[in-house]
Formats: sequence, structure tokens, C-alpha cells
Amino acid sequence: MSTPVVEVTDLHVSFPGVHAVRGVSLAVHPGECVAVVGESGSGKSVTARTLLGLTGEEATVTAGRLAIEGVDASGFPERQWRSIRGRKIGYVLQDALVSLDSLRPVGKEIAETLKLHRAAPRHEIPGRVIDLLTEVGVPEPEVRAKQYPHELSGGLRQRALIASAIACGPRLLIADEPTTALDVTVQAQILRLLAERKRAGQALLLISHDLAVVAELADRILVMKDGVVVEDGTAAQVLGAPGHPYTKSLLDAIPGPGSRNTVAGDVVIRAEGLVKTFKGRTAVDGVSFELRAGQTLGVVGESGSGKTTTARLVLGLLQPDRGTVEVDRRQTQVVYQDPLSSFDPRFSVRRILDEALEVGGTPRRERVKRSVELLEQVGLDDSVLDRRPLKLSGGQRQRVAIARALAPRPRVIVCDEPVSALDVSIQAQVLDLLTGLQAELGVAYLFISHHLGVVHHVSDHVLVLKDGRAVESGDAHQIFTAPADPYTQELLAAVPGGHYDQADPSRRALPGREQHHRLVRPQVG
Amino acid sequence: MIRRILTRLGTSVLVLWGAVTVSFTALHLTPGNVVDVLIGSSIVTPEVRAQIIADYGLDEPLFVQYATYLGRVLRGDLGQSYQLHEPVASAIGAQLGPSLQLAGASLLVAVVVSTTLAILTARRRPWIRGLSSNLELIGVSIPTFWTAILLLTIFSFQLGWFPAVGADGLAALVLPVIAVALPITTMLTQMMREGLELTLEQPFVLTARTRGMSDLGVRLRHALRHVLVPTVTLIGWLVGLTVGAMVAVEQIFSRQGIGQLTLTAVGGKDLPVVMGVVLLTAVLYVVVNIVVDVLYLLIDPRLRGAT
Repeated sequence: MSTPVVEVTDLHVSFPGVHAVRGVSLAVHPGECVAVVGESGSGKSVTARTLLGLTGEEATVTAGRLAIEGVDASGFPERQWRSIRGRKIGYVLQDALVSLDSLRPVGKEIAETLKLHRAAPRHEIPGRVIDLLTEVGVPEPEVRAKQYPHELSGGLRQRALIASAIACGPRLLIADEPTTALDVTVQAQILRLLAERKRAGQALLLISHDLAVVAELADRILVMKDGVVVEDGTAAQVLGAPGHPYTKSLLDAIPGPGSRNTVAGDVVIRAEGLVKTFKGRTAVDGVSFELRAGQTLGVVGESGSGKTTTARLVLGLLQPDRGTVEVDRRQTQVVYQDPLSSFDPRFSVRRILDEALEVGGTPRRERVKRSVELLEQVGLDDSVLDRRPLKLSGGQRQRVAIARALAPRPRVIVCDEPVSALDVSIQAQVLDLLTGLQAELGVAYLFISHHLGVVHHVSDHVLVLKDGRAVESGDAHQIFTAPADPYTQELLAAVPGGHYDQADPSRRALPGREQHHRLVRPQVG
Repeated sequence: MIRRILTRLGTSVLVLWGAVTVSFTALHLTPGNVVDVLIGSSIVTPEVRAQIIADYGLDEPLFVQYATYLGRVLRGDLGQSYQLHEPVASAIGAQLGPSLQLAGASLLVAVVVSTTLAILTARRRPWIRGLSSNLELIGVSIPTFWTAILLLTIFSFQLGWFPAVGADGLAALVLPVIAVALPITTMLTQMMREGLELTLEQPFVLTARTRGMSDLGVRLRHALRHVLVPTVTLIGWLVGLTVGAMVAVEQIFSRQGIGQLTLTAVGGKDLPVVMGVVLLTAVLYVVVNIVVDVLYLLIDPRLRGAT
């Protein structure tokens, strides 16, 4: 077998007080794609950074072997690491909006890699930058090179970031959550781009929290939990016959169609012909829908589709230019994506709930009892009462947010991307909690998400938005199995892991290898 | 961008007009005869009194006096100092040079030293940061006049390294510059280090490192520019503080300059000079703020699009 591009055995990384990586071994061979999958805090990113010597001054790193192209790198001084970074190993971080320097044109960022390694004579650099942008599928590269990150779309930014990482033709490209911040169709484009790099012989190391994302690309998958590799095998083995219970739970946690069995009550929201324009841009354009008690209406769309504006019109935070919303706002509550920013950081959980109960008209002497009840309903106990949101985990915070929403006994809860910031297994728990509460309390959800799997999991009806218009709406099962509108079809096709390829929606296993034919589709946009 | 600058110039004119109006009002609200106020504590002949009344149109209605005054200021005529026996404009002009030297040199030293310190100490080992931030705290806390006296005592009187009096040559500039620059430097260092530390946490810094850039390279080429917007804002504010500090420092080092001029004028109730200095300060404030605004646009491309 050829020399691996990188090879590490028995890697341990610890920071003061934390043993972040414990005995990880991995190797990436030329033309191979290895994926490291795990939730936040699993040590996957730290492992990747070790391969570049970028764990930071505080870290203690030991390894049985750490070799780059067969050369022992364990004793590399900083200078030698710098000649590896960007030249032998390229690194792409998630969310190019913050991973590119916002004060410099993207062309300069790409040129930086070339200049640092003197990979091209100075006068050839501008031309090379254009070539690189073309290579990663950026249209009008001459224009784009001069633009700043905030002037580019998420997809173009991510492409520019990849261009800067591959500028010196590194043997290995490490991509750390390369698609996490992207809309589903853009995500599919970036995965296709990475697949092209792989076909061109580039070794890839993918880091992700999402098994579905890596399923399309990876030859080998390592599953990490608490700094340990709990499963290591070919993609087909790991996805098809997972050996470790944690891998199974990750696979099960991928949201897919749920079995909905709800009874529709009377209408709680009726929106008709909603139109909202901001400075000449129409954010919502003639949207109508109806939500009944005890049911869930999923609103799906990509960023800029008008999902959030629709929610704000329902909540009365915005007034529609035209159209009407009938809803009892006294009985409507909200759960946001990031509960941390919707809590006063100085409030304890007790005070957060107390305030919500007061607004809901609960008498003072009953509030403590009711707070504990609410916490039990969302699967927490009274031990969190005196803690502040900052001290809670993401999942616990979202549970507190749900408890707060439930406090005034609402009939409708508007959920705006309620699980998008959560790890996949926590995500599944919160979704189950929401469905359970619905069955128990008969509350209706207006459920907004860009994530089709999540929406499918919880919704009775679905409204698909694109550029402010409803392109399709109706029964969730119908739309997810037999979408009529081309845009809905495109959205479903873009879902990584391809579990909507088949007409059978109950199929949740992720096909690993056989999906590759989908990657050679010509690029759109 | 052009529109922004034009708006800025428009509001600047308003600020200056406001300053002129305030000094005119102050002149007329001061108790006593306006002629006496203008003359201050010096003694003049009846001819000169008549001349003042004619110059300022003091026998005319108030709004005519205001228009006359405004017209004179527009022509650059700031009036006559009856104590110095020369026009206010030329009195200020003569003192402006040494003061600008001192202010300019102090700001330059402050910016260079604080940038260097911030880049060297941001996100370093705790003891380096601790030492630096304690020294800064001392620097901010010591009053400028005391620093000046201390420097004078040690380096001029005892060691005799630098002249104790005057504004001739580079050697005479050293101690006053240190005294004026010290509080500015320490404030700037603290803010820049904090800004750098926040910036160095950003993912784009890690990205630059993964391209093979050195730690120092990232600080200089990427991170520094991100702290320039707040830095420039702070410098804009500190210009005002510098003028205040210079009054004390010029006095202690017996340097010529606007500070000395102002102090003497206030002491001798030389109102035309005081009014001239007020206008000069307003002009300085306006110019500095226009420069700061233009710098914002040069530093951060995201601000260029917004109107």
C-alpha cells in the first residue's frame, strides 16, 4: 500500500483539566476520503488540528507515531510546521463568513497562501488566483476576487475558502464541518466540489457532526465520542452494520419521517395573502396557510425565503403590507434557535420561568410549584432552578426555552429553527420532546426550519417557501414522497445521505457507496 | 461615500457656527460693559475705546453686532488682544507651531508604542499580560502634571540630560512628549490588547495560521486592522484630552504654546484670545473627526456600502 499522506497512532492531546483526545489512530492515503464523525466536544477538531501542529501552547500532545508523507513530524519545530501548513496540508473551516478575513478581498486571501510558500512568481499570482477560483466553480472570478466576504453568498464564500486551502496543491485537504452553515442545496454543491477534488486524487479528511453529510464522500469513517474512537471501518460497514451502540444512536438520531398520528382541532392560525416588503425587496409575497390545534405546520425554505418574516408576521412583530393573520397572540409563544440570546444572562432559570408565569397570570404562591412541573414536562428537574442559562448545555437551554414557552399555557408555539444549533442526538431528543408535548397538551406548532429531515419528522402539513412565495403546500407525507414542484424536488435531492431518493420514506439507513453516481451531476450555479 | 463626506462637511460648518455663536453670546452675557470685558485688565486710551466700539459695532443693535462679528471671523479676523498689543490671529499663529509639534510627536509616540506593546503582549503568558496591564494602570492613574514634574526633577535637574526650559530643538521635546504621551499610550495599549485578543479568537485567524502564516504575521497582517476602528475612535477622543494635558505640560516645562497662551489669557481676562482659542479647538475637533470618519471607510470595507 502507498505511503499515507498523514498517519497518526495512539494520539493523546490534553489541555489543562481536559484530556481531549485519548488514543486516536488514523491514516489517510492518497485519493482516499476519511471522515471523523462526532458531536461537539468529541475531540474531532482537536485531532484534525494536531495534524497541522496547531493545537495551541496550552496543549500537551503525545503520539506513538505522527508522520506526514512518511516523515516523522512529532518533533517538528514551528518553522517546519509552517512549511507543512497550506503547502502539504490544506485546511477548510466551517462558516466562511468568519473564516475569511472580513476586511480583505477574497482574492488576497487566496494569494496569501501562494505568497507565504513562494509557490508562484509575484507577477503570476493574480492569474493563479483567477485560475483557482475557476477551479472551485466560482463564476466571474475576476469580479469575485476583488470582492469582500460580506459581498458574496455563503456558497461562494465557502468555495473561495476552499480555493485558498488548495492554492499550493496540498496532498491532503482537511475540511472541518465544511457545509454546516450552508443551505441544503448549497451544501450539496460544496459536497460535489469536494467529491471532484477527491476524484482528482486529493486525499480528504472530513470532520463533521453529521453522518449523513460524510456518507456521500467517505471511504472510511471514524466515530469519536469523548476523545475516543468508538468505531472505525469502511463507510459501508459503519453505516450499514454499526458495531457500537453510539454509532447506532447517531444513525437513529438523523431526523427522518416520523409517524404522525394527530387529531386536528379548530383553526388557531389563519393567514391569508400575506405580503411584506422591505425597502423594495419583497420578503413575503402572497403567503396563505392555516394551522389547526394539536397539529404542526412545517415551513421550509432556504435563507432569504421569507420563513422568519412569516413567523414575525404571525407573532405581530411586523405588520403585513397586505393580507391578514387571524391568531390569538395572547395564546401564542415562541422558541428560537439560540435560546442563550433570548434569555437575560443574569436571570436564573427560576426567574426566567417565574417571569413567564407572571405574564401568564399564575398567582405568585403557585409559581414555584408550576415551575417545577414545567421543568418535569420538558425532562429536567428542579436542580437547574438556580442555574443561569450560560451554565446549561445546549439541549438543556432549549428545554428551558420550551418550558418558558409552555408557562402561560399557549395554544400555539412558533418554533423558529428550534434544533438547528444542537448536536444531532440532542436534536432528536428535543424533537421527541416537542412531539410528546403536543400529544399531551394539544398545542399547535408553526415549525420553521431549513432542515427537511427535521420538518418531515414533526409536521402534519408543510409549506415550502422560495423567494417569499409558497411554491408548494399540503400534506407532509405527500410532499416528501411525491413533490410536485421542481424546487421542492431539488431541495429533497440535495439532502445529503440521499434518504429521499427512494419512494419509500421509511428507509432511513444511509447508503454509503452507491450514492456516488449522484455526485457527478453537472454543477448548477 | 461622497454623500457621507459632504454630510460630514455640512455638519462641521454647523459645529463651527455654533462655536462662534457661543463665544459671541459669552461675550455679551459676561457681566459688565462689553468694551471693558474686551479690554480685560489692561489700560487703554479713550481713542482705543472708540476704536473698539466702532470695530465691534457696539453702538448698533445686537443682531447687527452678531452679523459684524460673524463676518469678521469668516475673514479670519479674530479681534485684537489689548494685553498683548497684537491681533489674536497672529498671537495664536505664533504659538501654534510648538504646540502642534508637541501634540503631533506625543500622538505619534503613543500610537507606535501602544501598537507595539499590544501586539507583543496580547494573548501571551499570564505574567506578561499582568505586568503590562499593571504598568498601564499606573500610567493612566498618574496625573500628567505630576509626571511632568517628576521627569523634570530627575532628568533635567538631577541628571541634566535634557533642558528644563524652552522649546528649542529635539532634546527640549523629549520630556514633554513623554509626559503628554504616557496616559494616551496606556489607554490605547489596554484597548488595543483587548481588541486583539478578541480578534485572535476569530476563525479567520486560525485559517491564516493553517495557510502557514506565523503568529506574528497573523497579528500584523490580519488582526491589527480589525482593532483599528475602535483605536481610531479612541484617538479622536484623546486629541481633546491631549490639548488639556498640554496646558499643564507647557506651563511646567516653560514651553511656548497654545496652552501657555490660554493660561495667560484666562488669568488676565483677555477675552478675545480666549474666544480665539475656543474657535481653534472647535476647528481642531471638526478636522480630527472628519479624518476619523474617512479612516473608518479606508479600514473597513463593510462601512463603505452603508450610507
